[in-house]
Amino acid sequence: MTDVRIWDGPSARPPRQEPELTRRSFLRTGAAALGGMAALAAALSPLRELASDDIPDLGQFLQKHYKEMTPTDMEAALERIRRKVEERFEVRPHLRDIKPMEGVEFVYALNLSRCIGCRKCVHACVAENNQSRSPEVQYIRVIEMPRGTLDVERGNHHYDRPTVPDPNHFYLPVQCHQCANPPCVKVCPVEATWQEPDGITVIDYDWCIGCRYCEAACPYWARRFNFARPHLPKEQLNPTMSYLSNRPREKGVMEKCHFCLHRTREGRMPACVEICPTGARKFGNVLDPHSEVSQILKTKRVFVLKEEVGTLPRFFYYFDERYPNSLDPEAVAIAHRLKAEEGDAYGLPPGPDGPRREFIAAAQPQWWNGGRA
Amino acid sequence: MKTYLTFLARCFRLSFVGDRRYYAWMFFLTVLTLLGINAYCKQLVHGLATTGMTDQVSWGFYIANFTFLVGMAAAAVMLVIPVYIYRNRELHDLVIFGELFAVAAIIMAMLFVTVDLGRPDRFHHLLLRFNFPISMLTWDVLVLNGYLLLNLHICGYLIYCAYRRRQPSKVFYIPFVFVAIAWAISIHTVTAFLYSGLGGRPFWNSAVVAPRFLASAFAAGPAFLILSLSVLARYTTYRVPEQAFLTLRNIVTIALSINMFLLGSEAFTEFYTDSAHGASARYLFLGLHGHNALVPWIWTAIGLNTVALILLFMPVSRKRSVLQAACIMLIVGIWIEKGMGMIVPAFVPSPLGEIVEYLPTWNETLVTVGIWAGGLLIYTILVRVTVPVLTGRLTYDQDFSAATGAPAELVTNHP
Ligand code: SF4
Ligand code: SF4
Repeated sequence: MTDVRIWDGPSARPPRQEPELTRRSFLRTGAAALGGMAALAAALSPLRELASDDIPDLGQFLQKHYKEMTPTDMEAALERIRRKVEERFEVRPHLRDIKPMEGVEFVYALNLSRCIGCRKCVHACVAENNQSRSPEVQYIRVIEMPRGTLDVERGNHHYDRPTVPDPNHFYLPVQCHQCANPPCVKVCPVEATWQEPDGITVIDYDWCIGCRYCEAACPYWARRFNFARPHLPKEQLNPTMSYLSNRPREKGVMEKCHFCLHRTREGRMPACVEICPTGARKFGNVLDPHSEVSQILKTKRVFVLKEEVGTLPRFFYYFDERYPNSLDPEAVAIAHRLKAEEGDAYGLPPGPDGPRREFIAAAQPQWWNGGRA
Repeated sequence: MKTYLTFLARCFRLSFVGDRRYYAWMFFLTVLTLLGINAYCKQLVHGLATTGMTDQVSWGFYIANFTFLVGMAAAAVMLVIPVYIYRNRELHDLVIFGELFAVAAIIMAMLFVTVDLGRPDRFHHLLLRFNFPISMLTWDVLVLNGYLLLNLHICGYLIYCAYRRRQPSKVFYIPFVFVAIAWAISIHTVTAFLYSGLGGRPFWNSAVVAPRFLASAFAAGPAFLILSLSVLARYTTYRVPEQAFLTLRNIVTIALSINMFLLGSEAFTEFYTDSAHGASARYLFLGLHGHNALVPWIWTAIGLNTVALILLFMPVSRKRSVLQAACIMLIVGIWIEKGMGMIVPAFVPSPLGEIVEYLPTWNETLVTVGIWAGGLLIYTILVRVTVPVLTGRLTYDQDFSAATGAPAELVTNHP
């Protein structure tokens, strides 16, 4: 830095040019600045299309993290959300913040010998939890698996047969496993997602910044992101809702299965358990030794998916030992009855607005895709 | 204080002055930046559905570029090490250009993370509830900001000293330089841990990710510096010592060799074992069940890197033009390898075995181009301001016009 070469000053230049240069450059600068501002304004112009409820109001902006809210803060937040829901859906929702019960730890058990792959749980969940319908966000994915393997890569997510179950397959429904050691919670940079005392991992939709790190971390592909503005027709809104579960979400936040905590924390069953026509789904308090799930864990040979990743899921699967080579005939009989009753509607595939790229894109104008769906 | 403000004001003025080529370049970058801003506004309105990302492939182009740029920023130290550890005085001034690039690269990297957020309006939640030290992302936020400040301080201080014609005082920057060397390694390591710490993604869950990141960064970063120094040498009065190119060329060659070696080890482990864990690697290199969107990308990258490496090993790459060609090839190669080749395949197949492919959309590409253009705009301005200071044409005791008015030859011919 010491050997700087010295330019011997401005004297070498004709001094008379100075003022003229300044005036000219002033005009030039002015024109350039004007042009620049106009171009910037044009670039920003799409912002005019922002829907008014896309912009957080002051109350939402200043709202604290769930765990830091006092009861008064929470009441204010609930009221704000009620107002917003009312504006959007023209229904006054029954919205509460429901706390976990003492001495309860929820666990799920699923009898794979009874699952007939009818996807009723998928659709009941969507209806219960106010997910976006277009693009449709689904928490449960039922995978059609060839017999003799548990390697999900050999499964089919988009099976669409005239009738299910197919005798050469079994059906593996997957949703959030409410891990006891959840990687999604570990990675969240803002603690927008955490595990509650009753074992349910929840998300504060008003705190999530939408980085999707948790989605990358989840080994069960249980998390869903609102890539577009959730679209939920007014008449399909479920007005019974809670802060940490099924209140309507916004664009740009994460969501996932929460074991229907607005039901289960009040002693009811999750929507998927309730709808399951074969009783393949079992749910309950594992801390109560007499509960059905406790009995299942004690007497059945249960297993978890991807045990090797160390997430300690609270979601257990088992096959019925009585039927080592087929589905439970009782369940198959139920399937036949349903098929007869429901016809083509039975076992609908994840579409018509499944969470696939085509559908996310189809729900939006096409220009950014260059026509590519 | 007043001198400092004048200094800033002069720098600001200076960034608007230049010859026709400078204006054309800046105009070009500004247009691209504005297009990017426009695309980002569309994304704000319609959500991340404007990108090619899905629940299956939930990170894409943005995070890929972020990763690449963190590496470029880290690589600035590859110039610092020879200067301060091996006391290679000739490269002393060049360190500043490396660090200026680090500043621009970090800014771009942070912009890429920001545009990837679903709720940028909640950025302040990071300040209110910071999941440190559990979440690797919070580590990344800290180390990236720290690195930005360190580099701003070091080059800001050195440049300001040159402006004041003062000998920089060692205590004010040497300790920071050494901290910055360690810090640079840390930013890229932490970024690698962001991925390798996820047990549910076997493709990333490998100890070799961090070393690979560092090796590829230490190839691409100095390669970029070679290119920008060539531009400086060609179009400005600034004299770049020939030795700088040779030193950088050695660094690039060694780093690229290590990178290719690590890539090979990785590929061997995945393919020879041939376990279910290798599905992502198979998808990347060979395609899986008829899905092969990434196959042409990765083989282009490998091809470019191999040719670049061969060129670099041959004496012909002492020639500036060959060296530049090799650098361009390897920058593109590594950009693909670390971006599309490192981020996307980890998502394919999904943890539940579903294969959903990813390609960036136009809008996403425009945002990406916009950020790159904005970053280059920043870098160009920083260099534009720095060169006259370092060549002694912009100092506190001279009129401003000395820095701008002087035709280039005058200075070059000055004794
Ligand atoms: S299944 Fe996924 S989303 Fe659910 S708790 Fe485990 S890691 Fe989190
Ligand atoms: S997407 Fe939301 S919940 Fe998930 S890690 Fe990011 S901030 Fe946390």
